[in-house]
Amino acid sequence: MQTLEMNVNGSDVRVEIHPDETLAQVLRDRLGLIGTKIACGEGECGACTVLLDGVAVTSCITPAMKAQGRRVMTIEGLSEDTELHVIQQAFVDSTASQCGYCTPGFIMATKALLDANPNPTREDIMRGISGNLCRCTGYYQIVDAVALAAKRLAEEGRK
Amino acid sequence: MWEEYLFANSVEHALELLARYEGQAQLIAGGTDLVLQSQRGQCPATVMVDITRIPGLNRIEERDGFILIGAQVTHAQIAASALIRDKAPILAMACSQVGGPQTRNAGTLVGNVVNAQPAADGATALFVLDAELEVATQEGRRWEPIAHVYRGVGICTINACREMVTAVRFKPLANACGCSYQRLARRKALTLPTLVVAVALEMLGDTIKAARIAIGPVAPTPYRATDAEAYLVGKKAEEAVFAEAGQLAAAKARPRDSLIRGSSEYRTAMVGVLVRRALGEAAQECHRRG
Ligand code: FES
Ligand code: FES
Repeated sequence: MQTLEMNVNGSDVRVEIHPDETLAQVLRDRLGLIGTKIACGEGECGACTVLLDGVAVTSCITPAMKAQGRRVMTIEGLSEDTELHVIQQAFVDSTASQCGYCTPGFIMATKALLDANPNPTREDIMRGISGNLCRCTGYYQIVDAVALAAKRLAEEGRK
Repeated sequence: MWEEYLFANSVEHALELLARYEGQAQLIAGGTDLVLQSQRGQCPATVMVDITRIPGLNRIEERDGFILIGAQVTHAQIAASALIRDKAPILAMACSQVGGPQTRNAGTLVGNVVNAQPAADGATALFVLDAELEVATQEGRRWEPIAHVYRGVGICTINACREMVTAVRFKPLANACGCSYQRLARRKALTLPTLVVAVALEMLGDTIKAARIAIGPVAPTPYRATDAEAYLVGKKAEEAVFAEAGQLAAAKARPRDSLIRGSSEYRTAMVGVLVRRALGEAAQECHRRG
């Protein structure tokens, strides 16, 4: 066992883990943060996307030890209490989620995209979410949701 | 599986750890390939030596006539680098096509080479650039041409349990050089390519001065289409010439039949098509730049 110390969603945590555990396993099984989903488990679908020091990574193929001393943000870190984050609300309002299994990953990929590029074109959005697969929606609603989130965030910034 | 996960704080420290564990330890960078290989039992090492926190290996810089890329540099960083886009656009094009954004954020170019998978976008571009790798061992450092380190599917002559690639370097492409990167895959993202063709072309007016063509993964390693390259020198840049070069390049392809990647026949035929297309695009790019 090895000790992993990291900051998850603003709180410092310290956990004992097996060195070969992935970040997704630690988040879900040791910290109970089951908002992060594991679908393919092979880095091919983006369902497990979290931010590591602000950068989107697939946590199912990220060795958990890589988070040592770093900041991790999961879907649980987006909302405040019971209030949804602007991106989450935009996904709801755009009907961008059906079974919902891919949704946390899309939302975290969106967060990374909009942090880097607050005013994306549709093309930028499609590229930004190209690391995420959805078997239900057909993507149009998701692209709409990202565009809506960008618009609302910009309006919020202007206020 | 892994019993220990260690962070090296210098190249010397990393090599020392490898030596101490006598083959049980292996270097890890982004881990995008290694984690899966390890889960599938394809990686016998039980100690991981992470190199991503060693200071000084995260740079992309131009020095002494070479462009140098450190071992920690990710595909995303290369795709976004102004220096690479300007002086080696073929590499930026290739790196921007790897996996999806998340994979590009974690996976490194050097890791891509050391893993020696034939379906490697970045490595194919490095073949065009005649890149060299800096290999550090406890005895010292040496430079190795990229074509030397590929020995077969997934076989790299550099042993990540004993030595470390610290950087890759290459000469910048000539200013007037036009590049094209053609990628055939089942989807536009999140998938390995069935075929990639990377071309850098130099022209003098309408005449081809030099051509570099790298092709993967239709043989155990990426390769340069040297016959086609030689044929093109001094020829006029026109469709019939490009098509002939495509035929010459296809003659060297040895793809296996694959249910996922397509039949050998199809992929060989597509080598010809993509080489022709790439040359046409690169020639246009030359005109734009020149
Ligand atoms: S579950 Fe991690 S990428 Fe699919
Ligand atoms: S909503 Fe079901 S996979 Fe995307």
